[in-house]
Amino acid sequence: MSSDDVRSDRRYTNDHEWAKEDGNVVRVGITAYAIDQLGDITLVNLDVKPGETITRGKAFGTIESVKTLSDLFAPLSGKVVEVNTALETRPELVNDDCYDRAWMIAVEPSDRSELDGLLDVTAYTELLKKTAGH
Amino acid sequence: MDQPQVPLRRTPLYDEHVALGGRLVPFAGWEMPVQYKGVTEEHRAVRTAVGIFDVCHMGELVLWGDYAADVVNYLITNDAKRLMDGQALYTVACNDAGTILDDLIVYRVSQTKWLIVCNASNRDKMAAHFRAAAANHCDFDDASDRTALIALQGPKALELLARAGGDGPALAELPAFHFRDAALANVPCTVARTGYTGEDGVEIFCPTDGAAQLWRALVKLGGPLGLEPAGLGARDTLRLEARLSLYGNEIDETTNPLEAGLGWVVKLGKGDFVGRTALERIKAAGLTRKLVGFEMTGRGIARHGYPLLDKVGIKVGVCTSGSPGPTVGKNIGLGYLPTSLAEVGTSFEVDCRGRSVSAVVAKTPFYKRSS
Repeated sequence: MSSDDVRSDRRYTNDHEWAKEDGNVVRVGITAYAIDQLGDITLVNLDVKPGETITRGKAFGTIESVKTLSDLFAPLSGKVVEVNTALETRPELVNDDCYDRAWMIAVEPSDRSELDGLLDVTAYTELLKKTAGH
Repeated sequence: MDQPQVPLRRTPLYDEHVALGGRLVPFAGWEMPVQYKGVTEEHRAVRTAVGIFDVCHMGELVLWGDYAADVVNYLITNDAKRLMDGQALYTVACNDAGTILDDLIVYRVSQTKWLIVCNASNRDKMAAHFRAAAANHCDFDDASDRTALIALQGPKALELLARAGGDGPALAELPAFHFRDAALANVPCTVARTGYTGEDGVEIFCPTDGAAQLWRALVKLGGPLGLEPAGLGARDTLRLEARLSLYGNEIDETTNPLEAGLGWVVKLGKGDFVGRTALERIKAAGLTRKLVGFEMTGRGIARHGYPLLDKVGIKVGVCTSGSPGPTVGKNIGLGYLPTSLAEVGTSFEVDCRGRSVSAVVAKTPFYKRSS
């Protein structure tokens, strides 16, 4: 997966998480750019359980590569309804398929308008360009 | 707030790293490649074929004169007088308190000429230390700025050198921790059978203006052998599996070589040297803590600085390095524990940012090459 791979069917944060509407819930994961920066993913820790609430901007877990650890930040507030426990045993899924099979949590948003406040694909692409040119 | 902008230095191989797609990061004041294709892939290339590393940032200090041997031996804990011409040794240099100023490789070019290789992060400190000791006794020069250093590491490193023409084929006869002058790819070099990965291989000194030519030749010739350029990331996982200490992690001015497991480079009987009195006292008093290797038995990766906890959750030590070990296939680490908890097989916990994850003291090195 190329580091500038982005999808137009979802929204993004400045910290390179994505949020995608899926029926009543919003699925959350991290972008190809984030993974390119991290390298080979070796551990995913999701510190939330279904039923718990998360707050926009607060960490809901950590992701580790060989060299480094990074926090995962919630793109929006709401109730966690599902956690992708497959990532606990198969962290390499994040490298293989970060936009689909490696979703991390599914959230029932408390305020759907928070989603509209996130970056759309054009704004996120701009962000990546600026980051690369920095 | 941004960090204050300190200009980073570039090695003579900077353009090569950019051309090879290396990701450059600040390291000890230098702009160095942390990885090219990826840490794991580069790590595996070094274990199974050969990797090439830019280590030009290391410091090279030269001492010469009739008393150079005495000056060198007074500043290090190992015994330089055991060396013959063309032979090198690993050592540390301590301060009067017996804690570690730096770890070094000392090369005896001749009885009257010595080369010291020190860490990039300690170059200024060690240059001042050796220069001060040399004053009125022997000549001193910090040759770092005109000396390039390229490491070639892996089971196919010597095969690659044999293909590099010049003196390449003869280098297979070079014993471990020996060095000699050689011409490689028409570049005058000094080749040492040393390294920092746990694999066979060499480290090659050459003038900075020949470094790019030599690097390009080795990369090209190494391609068919499976060579990969390897960055600081792979260098760190390789040395960790081989239980080689990293200055600033396992060893620094708060640690002594005895507790760091480096007693084998401390020769208390060789005559006086800086730190000897303190190290004798430390040895007589007995160690309170030891550097141990450990494996994570729970789901977690220990990292530099994470607290190590005993069974009831009290902090008893600290992790100095930790990461997944790509070859050993486990999450491994090094850290200091009280001697009572340092036996292989002892269970303890690592505080991974608030999560308590189980670990067990393990035999080291985690990885040892078969041949």
